[in-house]
Amino acid sequence: MSETKKFMYVNRRAPYGTIYAWESLEVVLIGAAFEQDVSLAFIDDGVYQLVKGQDTAGVGMKNFSPTYAALGDYEVTKIYVEKESLEERGLTLDDLQHLVWEDEDDDWAEKDSIRLVSRAELAEVFSGQDVMFNF
Amino acid sequence: MSILHLVNKSPYERDSLDTAADYMVDGDAMLLIEDGVYAAMSGGKAASKISGMKVSVLGPDLAARGISEEKLVDGVTVVDYAGFVDLVESNDKVQSWL
Amino acid sequence: MPIEVNGKTFETDEEGYLANINEWEPGVAEVMAKEDELELTDEHWDIINFLREYYEEYQIAPAVRVLTKAVSKKLGKEKGNSKYLYGLFPYGPGKQACRYAGLPKPTGCV
Repeated sequence: MSETKKFMYVNRRAPYGTIYAWESLEVVLIGAAFEQDVSLAFIDDGVYQLVKGQDTAGVGMKNFSPTYAALGDYEVTKIYVEKESLEERGLTLDDLQHLVWEDEDDDWAEKDSIRLVSRAELAEVFSGQDVMFNF
Repeated sequence: MSILHLVNKSPYERDSLDTAADYMVDGDAMLLIEDGVYAAMSGGKAASKISGMKVSVLGPDLAARGISEEKLVDGVTVVDYAGFVDLVESNDKVQSWL
Repeated sequence: MPIEVNGKTFETDEEGYLANINEWEPGVAEVMAKEDELELTDEHWDIINFLREYYEEYQIAPAVRVLTKAVSKKLGKEKGNSKYLYGLFPYGPGKQACRYAGLPKPTGCV
């Protein structure tokens, strides 16, 4: 395997209305098998993907929101949520799922995966990445 | 001749909510479905636009997106699929703002 | 090819994975294993049940790497390694065990 690259997946769409959110998640899970340094960013309508309490029974679609909780198992531990996008939608971190990962090197201690960042801070994170995927 | 205005896109992604709201006249109704339901959330971009208007949202689409009813703008009503049909029936025309 | 279990027919996809995960019953795993000439033991069932619980919670079939780590945590290190898992499921713990469990093929598995 060649050297590790920094992969950033940028999610800007709401779930269910279009297929982007689920497609992105699938690509992330596939990509994670290649042991790269993976980060996810949720901006604009993408923040809706992480809203907790989703129940799709009435619309006959697969509820994939529980899958975000598996990202920690796939060693995806950096999930950036943009503050401005949340605020613009009348949302706070409390409206989102609490996503954690377990640190094997720290006796499996649970650590928060979600990092609340400003647009400016996220722009800096973006500039440090090797590859960007947009969904 | 009343019109039921149907909006299925997020107000952050498209301007269909804005335009539909501007085209609403007395007696018309609006129904938000799919990603359109985000427009009915209080504290959001479209909240002031729709407040005071006759707006309904489709309950199953709200639930799918994890939005509870107490998050909605005051005055917005939640309907199920049967209520969707009733709205179509009680208005003379349906206009889908894609 | 549909499979027959206790007189009931179950639809599968072209690779033999159950078309509808909700239809699954233990007999499905038994019949699939018999076709592979494999006798299911308690050790096999531990993994099959583990996979079903994982799917129930996360709505995905885990990648082998993830499965190995998770089994190691839940059932112990002596079971959470690929040697042990491949010993039980020679066609691959991801593919074969997921198929018996009625799950789709793990995401990213080719």
